[in-house]
Amino acid sequence: MSNVPVDTALEAAPAAAPLVVRPGAGPRRRFVFVRNGKSVTGLVILAAFTVLAVIGPWIAPYDPSKVGVGKLLEHPSAKHLLGTDHIGRDVFSQLLVGTRGVMVVGVLAAVIATLLAIAVGVTAGFVGGAGDEMLSALSNIFLVIPALPLIILVAAAIRSTSNLTIALVLAGTGWAWGARLLRAQTLSLRRRDFVEAARASGERTWRIVWFETLPNLTAIIASSFISTMTFAVLSQTTLAFIGVANVNDWSWGTVLYWAQGNQALARGAWWWFVPAGLLIAVLGMALSLVNFGIDEFVNPRLRLAGLKPREMRRRGIRPRIGFTATVRDLPRRPEATR
Amino acid sequence: MSFADEIARYAPDARRRRPAARPVLEITGLAVDYGYGEHRVHALRGVDLTLHEGEVLGLAGESGCGKSTLVYAATRLLAPPGLIVSGEVLYHPEVGAPVDVLRQSDDELRASRWEDTALVFQGAMNSLNPVYRVGRQLTDTIAAHRPRSTRAEREDRARELLTMVGISPERLRSFPHQLSGGMRQRVMIAMALALEPRVLIMDEPTTALDVVMQRQILEQIMQLRDRLGFAVVFITHDVSLLIEIADRIAIMYAGEIVEDAAADDVYRRPRHPYSQGLLHSFPPLHGPRRELGGIPGSPPDMGHLPAGCPFAARCAFVVEGCRTLHPALVPPAVAGDDPSRRVACLRHDPAALAAAGLPEVDVPAPLALA
Repeated sequence: MSNVPVDTALEAAPAAAPLVVRPGAGPRRRFVFVRNGKSVTGLVILAAFTVLAVIGPWIAPYDPSKVGVGKLLEHPSAKHLLGTDHIGRDVFSQLLVGTRGVMVVGVLAAVIATLLAIAVGVTAGFVGGAGDEMLSALSNIFLVIPALPLIILVAAAIRSTSNLTIALVLAGTGWAWGARLLRAQTLSLRRRDFVEAARASGERTWRIVWFETLPNLTAIIASSFISTMTFAVLSQTTLAFIGVANVNDWSWGTVLYWAQGNQALARGAWWWFVPAGLLIAVLGMALSLVNFGIDEFVNPRLRLAGLKPREMRRRGIRPRIGFTATVRDLPRRPEATR
Repeated sequence: MSFADEIARYAPDARRRRPAARPVLEITGLAVDYGYGEHRVHALRGVDLTLHEGEVLGLAGESGCGKSTLVYAATRLLAPPGLIVSGEVLYHPEVGAPVDVLRQSDDELRASRWEDTALVFQGAMNSLNPVYRVGRQLTDTIAAHRPRSTRAEREDRARELLTMVGISPERLRSFPHQLSGGMRQRVMIAMALALEPRVLIMDEPTTALDVVMQRQILEQIMQLRDRLGFAVVFITHDVSLLIEIADRIAIMYAGEIVEDAAADDVYRRPRHPYSQGLLHSFPPLHGPRRELGGIPGSPPDMGHLPAGCPFAARCAFVVEGCRTLHPALVPPAVAGDDPSRRVACLRHDPAALAAAGLPEVDVPAPLALA
């Protein structure tokens, strides 16, 4: 009846391997980070600011420092998109040119601070003992150094406070928090079995640090980068606003400095300070949105879940630990198509 | 002397006991997915399983076939991105109407956990909190569920529990790191029994232990089961071990139960090709030596299951229809079989073949041993 021999399972076993389909087959999944609406919005805004930072000075319609390109305190018009200030300078050009200063200080300070935090934090966590004590003490000291007063002192000491100086001082005072977080996490990771296994297999310490430990710290590194950048942007704006930074280096804070110094609010010149304030708020928001996306990105469990949070809420799926999610109106029998 | 005989010596009626008719945990149509989006994996696909009072039910199958997923979903402990898509898990209390665990509120579920169903985890020896003494962890469990008990009562109970699993009560003052792996495992078992649950789920409780310790612990569990009368769901991929201790065995493959029968029947008279292959992959713990075989190929990718029987690609007894028809759990087509046993194989299901207009097939000899 059947042409399959019926001796033993072994002899009759078909030689062909079972149908193997690679998990990646089928329509290629989009890179996870860009599936999250929040992080996409954040990234798009950040990208826009980065582009402006590069091309801002070229596309600015006027020289931002040139006096009298328009009438004094002119309302926004086609000629001056965001009006003019008290001595007839174009506010739109000032903001465009100023983007570069803000972004340079933000990114530079965040990069330097994050590198310092990784170097100090991961080293302290890994070496332990006296080295750890010293590095921890160092980060504790830096943790209590107030950034803004220090910059005011530095600005008083040196002739021109450039954006680079500000970025360096902000990085120098802003790394300690990240270092402490990274040290704590490294201490925990160092004792885990996979690190022990890496040691047992003869990996070098630097390899264990860079390839075994560091990927596990991605979330902390990324979010500490984002928060340092936020801190740097706000500090830079504050410094420019109170006039510590060089007022000829345009930035959004500088625009606000001039507006504040010339009673823009009392004169009703809203176009002078509202756009600058909005830009700062939008940049801060973009950074926070990216931060939201990071958690989902670095957590493989969340990454593979593959459904947007909003869609999950709509379907009534609430993933929790300890209480497995069920679909809404849980059917008692499986669907026939499964 | 075989292990089974030894158990029989400890508890004379253990092997002869027939599973009580009364079910205590009834799982029907349980389906679980991993992930929530389009690319989710159907890890369990409509599992039906009943655990009776005082019964030892073994769950066996290759890695990744859904054994752990089944019990964690049935207790709603499955971590995200696990998602229960359908089914019913009825717990039958000693008195009163059955409750559906999947539809219980959080508070009800929390109250019933450990009280009705307790678990001993895979690698349970790491489930103890290293900063608290063992006694504190035992009494905490009791205090959480019996808020009116006094401190003295709880300590007495903890002492009793440790004695029960063969540890000196002085060990209540020990920290987990002061105990050996086997002792920690026993503490976990004691903790699981603290509230006298009616269902004890053991997820490979002895995998991390050496064979001597495995044997001691299993004996202990079996003795306690005979004394206290709880039902056990025992997960392992060691089928020969299951045959020694289980009353009934459910074999799982690709997120489904393919055979569900009395332990002895599974061992002597496997009806599903997969069970038959699985049995030939392990040496029997006693009895004559026999040639070991294996099952060629590897389990299917759960994300891309073929149509029809998931085992068809590896099966030695495929017939026309195996690759298109999905077999249902039916009584095997062998005369004289226990009518309560079930198998999901088209070779035992002439009705399904006939309904699809396919030619009739017989049951091959290796799957029809008497």
